[in-house]
Amino acid sequence: MRTEALTPRTRTADRVVKSICPYCAVGCGQRVYVKGERVIQIEGDPDSPISRGRLCPKGSASEQLVNNPGRVTTVKYRRPFGTDWEELPLDRAMEMIADRVLDTRERTWEDADGQGNALHRTLGIASLGGATLDNEENYLIKKLFSAIGVVQVENQARI
Amino acid sequence: MAECHPVGFQWVMEAKARGATIIHIDPRFTRTSAMAHQYVPVRAGSDIAFLGGIINYILSNEKYFREYVVSYTNAATIVSEDFQDADQLDGLFSGFDPKTGTYDTTSWAYEGMETAAAAGTRTVAGRQPGAQAGGGGHEFGGRGVALPHSEVHRDESLEDPFCVFQILKRHYARYTPEMVQRICGVPPEQFVKVCEAVTANSGRERTTAWVYSVGWTQHSVGVQYIRGAAIIQLLLGNMGRPGGGILALRGHASIQGSTDIPTLFDLLPGYLPMPRAGIHRTLDEYLASIKSEGQKGFWTAADTYMVSLLKAWWGDAATKENDFGFEWLPRINADHSNYQTIVDMLDDKVEGYFLLGQNPAVGSANGKMQRLAMSHLKWLVVRDLNLIESATFWKDGPEIATGEMRTEDIGTEVFFLPAAAHTEKDGTFTQTQRLLQWHHKAVEPRGDCRSELDFFFHLGRLLRARLATSSLKRDEGLRSLTWDYPMLEAGEPDAAAVLQEINGRHLSGEKAGQMLNSFVEMKADGSTSGGCWIYTGVYTDGVNQSARRKPGSQQSWVAPEWGWAWPMNRRILYNRASADPDGKPWSERKAYVWWDEAAGKWTGHDVPDFQVTKAPSFRPEPGIGGPEGLAGDDPFIMQADGKAWLYAPSGLLDGPLPVHYEPLESPLRNAMHAQQSNPTREMFPRKENLTGPSPPEPGSDVYPYVVTTYRLTEHHTAGGMSRWSPYLAELQPEFFCEVSPELAAERGLEHLGWATIVTARTAIEARVLVTDRVTPLAVGGRTIHQIGLPYHWGVGGGGSIVSGDSANDVMGVALDPNVHIQDSKAAACDIQPGRRPTGPALPRYVEEYRRRAGISVDTGTARVTPHQDGS
Repeated sequence: MRTEALTPRTRTADRVVKSICPYCAVGCGQRVYVKGERVIQIEGDPDSPISRGRLCPKGSASEQLVNNPGRVTTVKYRRPFGTDWEELPLDRAMEMIADRVLDTRERTWEDADGQGNALHRTLGIASLGGATLDNEENYLIKKLFSAIGVVQVENQARI
Repeated sequence: MAECHPVGFQWVMEAKARGATIIHIDPRFTRTSAMAHQYVPVRAGSDIAFLGGIINYILSNEKYFREYVVSYTNAATIVSEDFQDADQLDGLFSGFDPKTGTYDTTSWAYEGMETAAAAGTRTVAGRQPGAQAGGGGHEFGGRGVALPHSEVHRDESLEDPFCVFQILKRHYARYTPEMVQRICGVPPEQFVKVCEAVTANSGRERTTAWVYSVGWTQHSVGVQYIRGAAIIQLLLGNMGRPGGGILALRGHASIQGSTDIPTLFDLLPGYLPMPRAGIHRTLDEYLASIKSEGQKGFWTAADTYMVSLLKAWWGDAATKENDFGFEWLPRINADHSNYQTIVDMLDDKVEGYFLLGQNPAVGSANGKMQRLAMSHLKWLVVRDLNLIESATFWKDGPEIATGEMRTEDIGTEVFFLPAAAHTEKDGTFTQTQRLLQWHHKAVEPRGDCRSELDFFFHLGRLLRARLATSSLKRDEGLRSLTWDYPMLEAGEPDAAAVLQEINGRHLSGEKAGQMLNSFVEMKADGSTSGGCWIYTGVYTDGVNQSARRKPGSQQSWVAPEWGWAWPMNRRILYNRASADPDGKPWSERKAYVWWDEAAGKWTGHDVPDFQVTKAPSFRPEPGIGGPEGLAGDDPFIMQADGKAWLYAPSGLLDGPLPVHYEPLESPLRNAMHAQQSNPTREMFPRKENLTGPSPPEPGSDVYPYVVTTYRLTEHHTAGGMSRWSPYLAELQPEFFCEVSPELAAERGLEHLGWATIVTARTAIEARVLVTDRVTPLAVGGRTIHQIGLPYHWGVGGGGSIVSGDSANDVMGVALDPNVHIQDSKAAACDIQPGRRPTGPALPRYVEEYRRRAGISVDTGTARVTPHQDGS
């Protein structure tokens, strides 16, 4: 039988990395198989007392999530009133975003309300998202935005 | 559950195999229903009536767990005689001000505490006509509200007419099986069967669990849905016990974590509130609003949690002299939640917007309003795995096709920055059971893909560099911020170092530099740090406990050595309640945590959620507050009186008890009370967000059907992580609507054909799935048809494999006043066979419906329902 001579690609992986499914909040265990510094397969982790090795259709398809050939891997930029995307180096994009944050913050800064109560903030900048991110990422987001006076920080928890 | 959390559902099937009864209550028949012993179709938006009916059944048939109720809840506590219930005031509680649409909650207080808390959290600063104050219940997510002291008056006979128990009895008397039928469309025999099963399966020997998904919260009375379930579970003694609880199944990998460490406007990490302008001028004023010295429980140590947070953020710059940097925190004074922000965007008050793994053009209610709002921005940063519709609306959104927007006229500058996937970064997700699980980086992200950790660290670095020499006061907080994380080779900060900062450290003394093992080690004098006190302990003994992966097969059924649960690795909260007041398990079968008399401590299968050497017989001296004020039979250690609250004397803005109100758009008059809908709901009346009429207003027959939304197994939320996947796109390629054969006949809808669904907002088209899974309901003497829409599709987006109209486009925005979540699970619509008009004909088609229904901006905005005689 031809199939007897086949080897599953999980068996020839360079290493197996323990991970957690990125979709819903059940938190199923994943084993990520890596070969040649590429993810070659993602399987359920039988050790997990939550999922016992199982994954749903989304979790099972998560190899495609990370290896999707159509995944955009470069920065895209649309200038005001522009009709299409342009390419932009990442470093340049970061500098431009930093400039815009400070520019808007300066223009929309509120020291105090009409009664002289300290506000120390801007309502000119807002942020949305966080429930798909790591705790450490949410922590830095909240910490940085609070430090620059951005309060309109929100995520999927109430959408 | 079987659809949206299939792997979690395996435990329901395990329970079923061991004899458990499974009941599924849902507007649609799903794979869960197929596996259940009983499936109960219910009208979307009617759940408070259903839950209230169960509460009435429990009370009137004496099915409650009396010893649990008397000892562990506030059933015996006496409430102010000034309190007037909804059954006395036609659906309103005492204290309502129709002008502001808010309650003065003073009369809801416990007797002798009529000056209690809530006031400090209510800021009347609506910036939009009709918009609500910013204060609310979300900041109480991890705690009850403060009480001035814990000297409550109790009548443990439960006979006093003003005790909570008697108030409950009166409040729920009208929630009869017949009323449940009139409102929910559930026949009495089917309903009573549910009541019998739930009560028979609760008590000493057995426990019942309630499982819900976030759709339960997406109502203008969302918080009160959950309160309804809480009352049932407390009356039946199902909290803090194995197999009990109210289990929220959440849809994102770390939606729990992003609430604990909140990317939310009204919270700081660990459910500490964001400071409020004019109310929290100093750290002392702030802390005084969170707790009082006289109240019981662990919130009295809020000063140690807050100072440790400030030390984590500002390090040596945070000193006692400068209030540990408290003044550097921005202040809130209104609702700054996302829907308010969207409205402000439309009014050109917001210039810049970051979207971080969220796709509001598809996922938020009233998608058109979302897209129109974003076209008013000066700049937009989208960070995502794919070119989601929120990144491309200026190019290919539905409003481009209708001519309502022109690409050339949209001035929004858009930056799309590709994000790193979960396999390309280290970090923790907090799943739905409060369990932190570390995921290890497998490979480096390609090209410009970066983690949020990388992006925000470097953005912060750039901002700090630009302001390094600033002498402005507004820049002090950023300049003094601790922002020196160790860097990995790839140039990104080490996530483990961030988790260590979250855990917290000793800053001075002989343990200086060591990790804290517990939040009880935190100090208010600046000698400890910790970025989120409830997560303290995740680095116990300097070890990343969230990365523990001892196989489940090698440990107990509680599996305490897999990951780490907050707080203190406890897997079931308030588990002291799993033992009786004397500390003995309620039954051997349900033993979980108990008092070991010989050893003089609490022990069991889990980490006891109680002071470990406090005997069950312990009684504090009167007047003692804090943890020491908790009696040995006060299991709810975060509550200001040590008891679980059947009745909430403060902390909620729309009532101390749940009341059935109709959804904002309903084909039916409220059968329970004259008051039609939640009078305190937050509204945004404007031309981009019109509401259809509901009785007693005329015109509701133009939109005669109920429309609700839900998810499919094969897709994820707004589709950003699934519509770009060939496997998943192939499994569920096309947007569809589910309709009953009866409705199909009534409207001439053809299976696999097209239908147009229209509401006061817009019209969308979907493929028709005629199915018995959607059941017409006999409600209030008429047949109510419901239409189900999965909400995963969107129009536009770069590279998505499948696309289609977006279900959320037909939903409107009105919010629960407590937590600002939108009422998007029950709206009024019409459905017609065939595809929707395209181009400029589409808005004309929608407008024609509005004209027939007589809709104006004011439709549906009355707070107090006018009497039908016009009075």
